[in-house]
Amino acid sequence: MSYIIAENLFKKYGRAESVVTAISDISYQIDSGEFVAVMGESGSGKSTLLSIMGAMNAPTSGRYIVDDIDVYALSQEKQADFRREFLGFVFQSFHLVPYLSVLENVMLPLTTLKTSRKIKRSMAEQALASVGLSGKFHRLPNQISGGEKERVAVARAIVNEPPVLLADEPTGNLDTQTTREVMELLLGLNQEGMTIVMVTHSVTCAGYAQRILRLSDGRLVEGDRSMKKSIAPEVEQHFETRAA
Amino acid sequence: MTLKEIALKNLMRRKGKAMFVLAGLVIGVATVVAVISFVDATTRDINKKLEKYGANILIVPRTDNLTLTYGGLSLGGVSFEMQEIRQSDLAGIHSIKNAANVAAVGPMVLGTVQVGDKRVLLSGIDFKTAGTLKPWWKVKGKFPDEQGVLLGAEAARILSLNIGESLEIKNRSLKIDGILKPTGSQDDQLVFARLETVQALLNKEGTISMVEVAALCNACPIDEMVKQIAEVLPGAKVMAIQQVVKGRMETLSQLKKFSYGISAVVFLVGGLVVLVTLMGSVRERTQEIGIFRAIGFRKRHVMWIIFFEAGIVSAVAGILGYLLGIGGTHIGLRLFSEGPVPAIPMNMELAGGAFFMAIVMGLVSSAYPALMASRLDPSEALRSL
Repeated sequence: MSYIIAENLFKKYGRAESVVTAISDISYQIDSGEFVAVMGESGSGKSTLLSIMGAMNAPTSGRYIVDDIDVYALSQEKQADFRREFLGFVFQSFHLVPYLSVLENVMLPLTTLKTSRKIKRSMAEQALASVGLSGKFHRLPNQISGGEKERVAVARAIVNEPPVLLADEPTGNLDTQTTREVMELLLGLNQEGMTIVMVTHSVTCAGYAQRILRLSDGRLVEGDRSMKKSIAPEVEQHFETRAA
Repeated sequence: MTLKEIALKNLMRRKGKAMFVLAGLVIGVATVVAVISFVDATTRDINKKLEKYGANILIVPRTDNLTLTYGGLSLGGVSFEMQEIRQSDLAGIHSIKNAANVAAVGPMVLGTVQVGDKRVLLSGIDFKTAGTLKPWWKVKGKFPDEQGVLLGAEAARILSLNIGESLEIKNRSLKIDGILKPTGSQDDQLVFARLETVQALLNKEGTISMVEVAALCNACPIDEMVKQIAEVLPGAKVMAIQQVVKGRMETLSQLKKFSYGISAVVFLVGGLVVLVTLMGSVRERTQEIGIFRAIGFRKRHVMWIIFFEAGIVSAVAGILGYLLGIGGTHIGLRLFSEGPVPAIPMNMELAGGAFFMAIVMGLVSSAYPALMASRLDPSEALRSL
């Protein structure tokens, strides 16, 4: 049985005549340890889908199940617990808390855990080491480069060892070299068993994924196993280029 | 990393906002403390002065007749028969339980005498106690000696007499040593002389017509003192001058109510300043709170951060507000007090109250912003990211 199951997800905003359908009748399944990219044009519903997957935006209808947990059947506080225990987020613009040091930013998801400060610190240091940022614990976010910020964001997302990592355009603000480093980092995490769902516009980044969910006008047009074609032509072409 | 550390670091980062909230709370607390301590100090001072000076207990001979005078107007028609009080009995007043509260005992003997073609009321008093019992008296000239008299302002005018002249009472010539400045009381109509002199003139040696007592009392247990004096003077009627006491207490009570009203308004305004500032702060922190919520902070965790920040600022404001309020009271008393500046005693209840009030004001004012922050939809917050 799949680890993540989305069944007939609809999300509508507004009321009556002004209603806007952000996503419509989306169903898919993702196995544990898969690396999935979500692609689509702007306004296709990628971010809405990601926020639903992030237990932050209840669908208008449909079910979203992770590890046999019907996420939106949980209370809001339980949903917060779910986010803390099951999900790691990497945001497009890093979104580090500016007044906390690199180490403190990484320790944030551990704040509410009933664990000693020493253990929390050790976990954060380990996460930072895994993304290659061992020497900059006490710097503030405005004292490090964009690539380093992204690494801190990834470290924060994985510090509590969640089974699922959700990434929203993780390389949107990075140069080519740094993009490749970050993607290699995500690939490494995936190879260690972490399920990754990444929203991206970048064909190059999507090339790191095992599967692509393609959205168009709020509908899933490619990528679910029930569909014939799961890899977009441009990605297929990219794979061929990489292989060559 | 703990929620406490997040709150403290945010306070340090947003010093300007924190200072603004602090200022709102400090002004609120300081004003309330200043108003209350000012009123308290003034009340104590007024009480002290009023209780120390001026008669507030009256002792008259017991009678079965009703008084037929009103506002100084005698309606007559009733025989004026009453017992006199023995002067020797007055020593008993100094042996009552609350004797330490007796500031002055002023015996008075009264009688009508003929001066020229006019009938006047002659009053014999102890001029040593006049300063305490009648502090409003201002005398032109001096208090009289054994052969002298002091005229009330109206008596001097009607009798056409001046300082240095003499008048004759019962064939005895008495020199006018002083004239009272108008008091607006019945004293203006009287001729005053020494107690012994009048007793001799009226053939009332050893007897007293009435006694005025100034009681110096904390919280004014006047009724209790009246009972105690009545026990040692069974033949006399002892009365508290209730109107003075009640009037005084009513005035102070109104002043206190007014000050509490002002305090409530300032408290409300201070609370609104905190509320508006914290609302703005929460709006500024939408993204940050969105991140907190996205990574699994519960609503109560977010609320805790806001409340902790408000609590810290409020605690500091409570201490600073109290000190500033007391300082303001000192300055206010120096500016507005006539005579010596009343002391402001260390009031632990007020200090504790100010601290508690600041905490309550801070927490109550931050309740809505905290609730608003906790209810931030993380997806909405992320949308703004």
